[in-house]
Amino acid sequence: MTAMYPQILFQNRKPDRIATIEEYRQSGGYQALTTVLKHSPKELQQMVIDANLQGRGGAGFPAGLKWKSVADDAPCPRYIITNVDEMEPGTFKDRFMTHADPHMIIEGTILAGYAVSSEKGFIFVRPSYESSATILEREVRIAKEAGYLGKNILGSDFSFDIVVHRSAGRYICGEGTAQINALMGKRAHPQQAPPRSTEKGLWEKPTVLNNMETLVNIPHIVRNGPDWFKGLAKTKTSSGTKLYCVSGKVKRPGCYELPMGTRFREIVEESAGGMIEGSEFKSCLPGGASTSYLPKNFSDVEMDYDSVKKIGNRLGTGAIILFDQKTCLVDATLNLIDFFVRESCGWCTPCREGLPFIRDLIWRIENGEGKEEFIPMLRTMSAHTWKSYCAFAPGATMPVASLLTHFADEVHEHISQKRCPYKG
Amino acid sequence: MLPEELLESLQEKIAETDHPRELAVDIMFVLQNHYGYLSDEALEEGAGLLGMTPLELEELATFYDFIYREPVGRYVIHVCDGVVCWMNGYGSVVDYLRSKLGINPGETTEDGLFTILPTACIGYCDLSPAMLINGRAYGPLTTGKIDEILQRLKTEPPRPRMAR
Repeated sequence: MTAMYPQILFQNRKPDRIATIEEYRQSGGYQALTTVLKHSPKELQQMVIDANLQGRGGAGFPAGLKWKSVADDAPCPRYIITNVDEMEPGTFKDRFMTHADPHMIIEGTILAGYAVSSEKGFIFVRPSYESSATILEREVRIAKEAGYLGKNILGSDFSFDIVVHRSAGRYICGEGTAQINALMGKRAHPQQAPPRSTEKGLWEKPTVLNNMETLVNIPHIVRNGPDWFKGLAKTKTSSGTKLYCVSGKVKRPGCYELPMGTRFREIVEESAGGMIEGSEFKSCLPGGASTSYLPKNFSDVEMDYDSVKKIGNRLGTGAIILFDQKTCLVDATLNLIDFFVRESCGWCTPCREGLPFIRDLIWRIENGEGKEEFIPMLRTMSAHTWKSYCAFAPGATMPVASLLTHFADEVHEHISQKRCPYKG
Repeated sequence: MLPEELLESLQEKIAETDHPRELAVDIMFVLQNHYGYLSDEALEEGAGLLGMTPLELEELATFYDFIYREPVGRYVIHVCDGVVCWMNGYGSVVDYLRSKLGINPGETTEDGLFTILPTACIGYCDLSPAMLINGRAYGPLTTGKIDEILQRLKTEPPRPRMAR
């Protein structure tokens, strides 16, 4: 069971309410802030580098190195953005975390601010989590009254404030550079480097954008040290715990904190209680909608960035979506590609034109109008999306390409029978 | 025209900010709440307050799916059609809402109470199938639960929309 593993990020999680600032403090909260103020920002950066904290937004890029990429002589003000706008279908950890222990997010954000000598942080919240925005706004006020935010924090030279920024939708806003544009009241298009956001981001100033789940780890790394943090993981190449979101045809869908690198089978069987009655495991998307279908024979995979990459897939956000034997994966892929078609920002042609083309072909296959020649067409068109401006469209075609690879029989069946075999 | 008090509170908020454009979404939500949707008039007022052209604000208004540029009902039902809700009964939820309310997605009931909008994954996959009404999430949905929710909304005095 989940409870066997140490709960770090969810240590103050309660079934029916949000942890208060007192409860957070009693568990050691804000001690890390007191500690780091006696050390230099560089020391904090190094500690996070030593802890091998991989960014939890999906790419797994080391958070400490991201901070370090802000040059010593970079102009001020510098900004921190905490991403509570993860909109990957299948993920909901932002909601769980804000409703469990909002001060861990706030302290993590303040520490990130200290690490890069920033004075202002934004917490960017998606509109369907209005309750999270309300909670964060209230708790930011409380943290300020307690002296953890504002001018000369705890009597130091360090001043830092947090603004809770509400968004109004759209998946692309979860992409770092698009989020920066959105914050500036511009249309949320992604922006290719150079310059990197850590050079010129929000209002042309150095900006570090971190996933919420990345930042909640910082207070614990400071208090317990990098080696302790590395020891939390099950695998050597990873560190810390992970908030895995499990949904679909399982008995107990939910968000579970487990050691990074916990085996897929264990997450599904032990934490999520296995498949629902009458359902057998068919496949899953291991890291949200923009990852590849995982076939049955990989269910022993250790769920960390490197291990999932080794089998040609992505850990992504760690949002595991489970499909059973009664679910048509062609139809599921149609739903997924439809999502990406709607959410494309429309900036570049491979995405704007390529994705609807792919959707049309899959729609035809699902609706009995498929032809064998569509399969190479789907592959070619998916490959074209790798020429698009940002990572959105290549991500969108991950389920498509993996459907053709791992579930080719199901696709052929649709084509030869001129109907969806799953529809009565 | 916005009531004086609301106008002043917005002007105050904007004056406190280094970069008024950062408040574009907040201002649009306030105006949308006041007018029921982001009308042309609201858009112009908002742009004026933010020091933007109406066109610049329109670029944002049309970009976001939680900004309504056309009149909507008092309650906007965002039915999640993300892949998890899809596999767990999105189809029957939307069919039930359609038959119960007598409208299709994108339409508003004659009494002006309800609008149904299809919506990309809202991040309640653990509670699927789910929907969002004026900022509040409901799930996992059953026909019984939907009846209960609609009945309550029909009879209760309207609450202000949560931030939007």
